[in-house]
Amino acid sequence: MQFEFLLEQVVNGLVLGGYYLLIALGLSLIFSVGGIVNLAHGAFYALGAYVCVELTKSLGFGAAVVVSPFAVALLGILFERFILRRFYTADPILSLLVTFGLAMVAEQAIRMIWGAAPVSTEIPQSFRGSVIVGDFLFSRYRLLILAVVAAIMVGVWLLLHKTSFGRVVRAGIQRPDMVAALGIRLQPYMTAIVMLGVGLAALGGAFFAPITTVHPAMGADIMTVAFVVVVIGGLGSFWGVIIAALLVGVVRGIAIHFEPAAGEASIYILMFLVLLVRPRGLLGERIEKFE
Amino acid sequence: MIRYRRRTLLQAGAAFAGASVLGFPAIVKAQTEKIRIGHLTPLTGFLGVIGSYAQLGAKLAAEEINSSGGILGKQIDLLSEDSINPATAATKAQRMLEQDGAVVLLGEISSASSLIIMQVAERNKKVFFSTGARSDALRGKNCNKYSFHCDIPNTVMVNAVGTALSQKGMVKGKKFFTLTADYIFGHDLLKAAKTFFGAHDANLIGDELIATDVTDFSPYLLKVRQAKPDVVCCNLAGNQVTNLVKQYAEFGFPYPLVGFNLNTGDAWAAGAGNLSGTWPTVWYHTLDNPASQAFVAAFSKKYGKPPENHAWIDYVTLKLLAEAINTTKSTDSGELIGYFEKQAQFDIGKARKAYFRAWDHQLVQEAYPFTVKPKDQMKDQWDMLVLGDAVPAANDPLETIYPTREQNPCEMKA
Repeated sequence: MQFEFLLEQVVNGLVLGGYYLLIALGLSLIFSVGGIVNLAHGAFYALGAYVCVELTKSLGFGAAVVVSPFAVALLGILFERFILRRFYTADPILSLLVTFGLAMVAEQAIRMIWGAAPVSTEIPQSFRGSVIVGDFLFSRYRLLILAVVAAIMVGVWLLLHKTSFGRVVRAGIQRPDMVAALGIRLQPYMTAIVMLGVGLAALGGAFFAPITTVHPAMGADIMTVAFVVVVIGGLGSFWGVIIAALLVGVVRGIAIHFEPAAGEASIYILMFLVLLVRPRGLLGERIEKFE
Repeated sequence: MIRYRRRTLLQAGAAFAGASVLGFPAIVKAQTEKIRIGHLTPLTGFLGVIGSYAQLGAKLAAEEINSSGGILGKQIDLLSEDSINPATAATKAQRMLEQDGAVVLLGEISSASSLIIMQVAERNKKVFFSTGARSDALRGKNCNKYSFHCDIPNTVMVNAVGTALSQKGMVKGKKFFTLTADYIFGHDLLKAAKTFFGAHDANLIGDELIATDVTDFSPYLLKVRQAKPDVVCCNLAGNQVTNLVKQYAEFGFPYPLVGFNLNTGDAWAAGAGNLSGTWPTVWYHTLDNPASQAFVAAFSKKYGKPPENHAWIDYVTLKLLAEAINTTKSTDSGELIGYFEKQAQFDIGKARKAYFRAWDHQLVQEAYPFTVKPKDQMKDQWDMLVLGDAVPAANDPLETIYPTREQNPCEMKA
């Protein structure tokens, strides 16, 4: 019985990892392509949740969870065009400062628009409750999230590896100077990547709005875990981020199973161990411009 | 092209993330003609939401006192800041008393921060009203002469809900599983709960201590299901209650969820349709009392939303402090302590008047159990709760629900 309980935690950890992945993948993509640590990434996650709560009132939850990431992705265009673009080749401290400032501005803006008190929404009745398969119990709603995340990851992988768009982006990560020499402007690709990245974060926020507290500082809260995932996974690796996100979810679940008090600390211990053995992260590639 | 190292970037990123949790002290102007009062409450972190209400309540009280002539003919200058965490709370409390010239301190929700401010107050020989902290230990083994406790303690919350549950046959012989916040408040609440379970033949079959930064409860919920309890009991605080309530509704377990601690702000955040069960509260804005309703009207008019229980407690505390200063005509700590220890009675917007008990400085007052209104009967998003009868019953002495001298190890040093 003990083993089955443990297995149940592992599977649940994988589901949670899928959710972390939504936030971490965008962070990693923007970091890889633009060389920018986007400290404002959490703000887009929070915006996704708030826009979803707001749209749910008129459109219903199903439509809101689809529309909200697209709405936030449109904001991403402005973010890239007017802010990030100025900092790709600048001293990284500047982009850190500007995205850090933007995160604070966004949090205050949310506070001014929606107030400091949390807003709430709920899961549609049809997705409430658990599904029991054999001895395993799954939250119906989280299974839905997992299915959507899996579909999105397949889509993003195809986009990056099977399309000309993806080839340019990947080349841009490794040798931006060579891409430029071939006469390809990376900027439109960067806009698209930022849209994709913040859109995924917003989707994470929208999905978690009904099962977590939707409050102005929620963006700052999620950033720590997202950073842990990116650092463990390694820069520039699509699979690295996926493996790291799932690993973080599973390690946390196992830790809580055996030693609940160590649950939250376990992911930092994991990060510490990974960095000790592989400073580049699990699947991090050697990227010239970061060396 | 500027070359930079990945590690440098990540280190700088981490440094920025760290900087965001530090507070920046307010710039304070010297204003000698005012009576300065320091107010600390968490505005960020898991208690930040309810702390924001506390700040609004204290500000409203200060405005009302000032517009009716102030105290001792002087205006109140309320310094209200984010206490952030125990270490910062201590630093800010010390600064307020030492540099800013605050004559008295009030506020706080976190029992851990409150405990440390109590020590600062004692060292500086200034009075501190711990408005929203509920740990029994604060008014028990850690009590001191300079600290007064306004919210109901954990034992009272456990008794208020426990009695209501007992009447529904949900205690005797039942298997309980508790989820407890892993800091002084939670440990203390669990202790009170265990005492109650022991006295009422209930079995505690499992308890999980949960760090205050946990937002995803799914691994804990799996452990709950593995234990198959009769009743699940939430001993959490702040945002965590909201998250648990929402995720409990998500998993749809058959075991009823009850709790020994809930603030109305957390209930509102959980939203209609997610919350169920029986919970305790110290005050609710629908309470049928003229003084309470006057406060609710003034608060709603000013802020566009009804007050939460922490807004109320910080509001009434500042009001009763002003009353005490006006009566004693002094801001001297010794005079104020002497006045409160005479068990002076205060109207705090409830059916019965409240007083600070002389030997442990606990504000003795009524408490209420509540259940949740069906969604279709709610008038608005805030009209969520149905208050039960006040405890203790009208003909019982108020102190019956509070720990007795034998149960409470408070030794006040002279």
